[in-house]
Amino acid sequence: MFVRGLKRKCFDGEEDIEGTLTGIKAIPSYNLQRQSLLDMSLVKLQLCHMLVEPNLCRSVLIANTVRQIQEEMTQDGTWQMINTQSTGQASLDRLVSTDILCRSSKEQAEGKHVSGYSTFNKDFEGDQTQDSSETMSTASSVQAPRNLQSNVWEMENSQENKGNFQKSLDQIFETLENKSPNSVEDLFSEVDNSYYDLDTMLTGMMSNTKMGHCDGLDTFSSPAPTTSNSNCKSDLNELDHIVEILVES
Amino acid sequence: ADIISTVEFNHSGELLATGDKGGRVVIFQQEQENKSQSHSRGEYNVYSTFQSHEPEFDYLKSLEIEEKINKIRWLPQKNAAQFLLSTNDKTIKLWKISERDKRPEGYNLKEEDGRYRDPTTVTTLRVPVFRPMDLMVEASPRRIFANAHTYHINSISINSDYETYLSADDLRINLWHLEITDRSFNIVDIKPANMEELTEVITAAEFHPNSCNTFVYSSSKGTIRLCDMRASALCDRHSKLFEEPEDPSNRSFFSEIISSISDVKFSHSGRYMMTRDYLSVKIWDLNMENRPVETYQVHEYLRSKLCSLYENDCIFDKFECCWNGSDRQVGFMDIVMTGSYNNFFRMFDRNTKRDITLEASRENNKPRTVLKPRKVCASGKRKKDEISVDSLDFNKKILHTAWHPKENIIAVATTNNLYIFQDKTN
Repeated sequence: MFVRGLKRKCFDGEEDIEGTLTGIKAIPSYNLQRQSLLDMSLVKLQLCHMLVEPNLCRSVLIANTVRQIQEEMTQDGTWQMINTQSTGQASLDRLVSTDILCRSSKEQAEGKHVSGYSTFNKDFEGDQTQDSSETMSTASSVQAPRNLQSNVWEMENSQENKGNFQKSLDQIFETLENKSPNSVEDLFSEVDNSYYDLDTMLTGMMSNTKMGHCDGLDTFSSPAPTTSNSNCKSDLNELDHIVEILVES
Repeated sequence: ADIISTVEFNHSGELLATGDKGGRVVIFQQEQENKSQSHSRGEYNVYSTFQSHEPEFDYLKSLEIEEKINKIRWLPQKNAAQFLLSTNDKTIKLWKISERDKRPEGYNLKEEDGRYRDPTTVTTLRVPVFRPMDLMVEASPRRIFANAHTYHINSISINSDYETYLSADDLRINLWHLEITDRSFNIVDIKPANMEELTEVITAAEFHPNSCNTFVYSSSKGTIRLCDMRASALCDRHSKLFEEPEDPSNRSFFSEIISSISDVKFSHSGRYMMTRDYLSVKIWDLNMENRPVETYQVHEYLRSKLCSLYENDCIFDKFECCWNGSDRQVGFMDIVMTGSYNNFFRMFDRNTKRDITLEASRENNKPRTVLKPRKVCASGKRKKDEISVDSLDFNKKILHTAWHPKENIIAVATTNNLYIFQDKTN
């Protein structure tokens, strides 16, 4: 019945049991399940068959689920720090960590609202992006100073975070596109993956791309394919223009 | 590649068309009733097979276009030939299926095998005549309706005027004239200006069986919109919106996904419509928008397994549903049918409110035997002959079923096989 190798932490029939547990025990368990669902959803969005256009309905439903979880996390005040660079460049293909870094009860009481996906948000100015990547690449486990630093960083951008969650997904897709398996790279070596944004991911269509994508790529150094990086900036405007014409017609 | 992707009876029920993942269409024909075997209706045998769609490559996007046939719809018969529309993700084709059972013989300038005769050897003239030959069924594409859909076509529906039809993809619905291939009118467009704001897609669309100006389309959020083409050229504003309020006690992260409607079908009268979402079949009265008049649970025992079904992607399976035939016989029936997992399919009797689960499999049913009703045990003690939820095979799914328009004959497609069942006659 169960096909994938993903760790299963499901809600199946467990919610009732969890509800009877008191206090703190119940909450992390629900969070665990929710985080697991989130991870699963993000993986699903990654794993689309690049030979054929992905199923738009499925992608939209998964994206809506991710958004829903994020909204709930934001309301809860549960803050998730996604650890992407814990081992340096090694596990770049696994952008989403299943580690859960729950905020201390004190912070929860203060009710700070932060986006769980703000770490992916690369729409910031270049320096902020640099900060974020540094933040992500340093500690590998929950540390109070790190929390605080990221909290501060996120508080500055909380407005953007909420509004830009879609862009976060955007960036995830686009980044994941570039980290896609080597076989895809081989097959489509002449295809410039950096043009893929959320639109492309969901619909297979090229649309207007933003320079920000390329900037974001730069901060995630290493296995980004050199072809796409080099092609990106030079041909971006030209292809952008052509695609714009084709798309609008 | 012989995964069946669509099943459809024609208007008389004599022909049954199936489309598969390899782009092929196979048409079965019902044998004429045998006088000596009056107790059973004719069997269906292969009538014609042809390659409807080929795989294509979109060079602009560097993506393949699958040749899988998403839908087949028959046109009502107007002359000796049969016509059907078949569509893959991007292109709709009108096919003409015609029979040839005679051929001309006795040409003056050609031999029977086609070689040309030396004109000097021709001493007399004769008139060629038609002589009978073995039946040959030819399928030829008469129209190709292409380049009108950016997204994947999920539905086609022929209008009751028999001149126009609609095709729907994830974000747009187009109106075509059957004779015109280089133009289509866009009648619904739900694409947001910014694709990043996309949260809802079109999942199915159908014309009203009697009103040629009315059609409905369903969405991934569980809503159905009824539109009237007389209101405006672009039917972005619906005339009616059918949506059932969510049951707060059943709310979960999967609520939206399981509310996504996978199929919508009008009843033959046009008074009702049926929708299929992941767990249920709902019957709507067109006069009442705020909730369905009937709801039938197809496999409620899956509600506690939604997370696993999300993990293995089964939660995105698109099940179809169908009404029983339109001809009302003595003891008028009103039954709807839909598929499930483990090669089970379900029927719901709207009059008696009874339902039945049957299985389409060779191992468990010998031909010409009556199907045994099945039962799934949701939890607790499993009775004899019951099947527990955990032993269901989720790879054996029945997504496509069809009901003969006039008789109690049904076609049920498992992944690779087509089953045809009929009710036992006295």
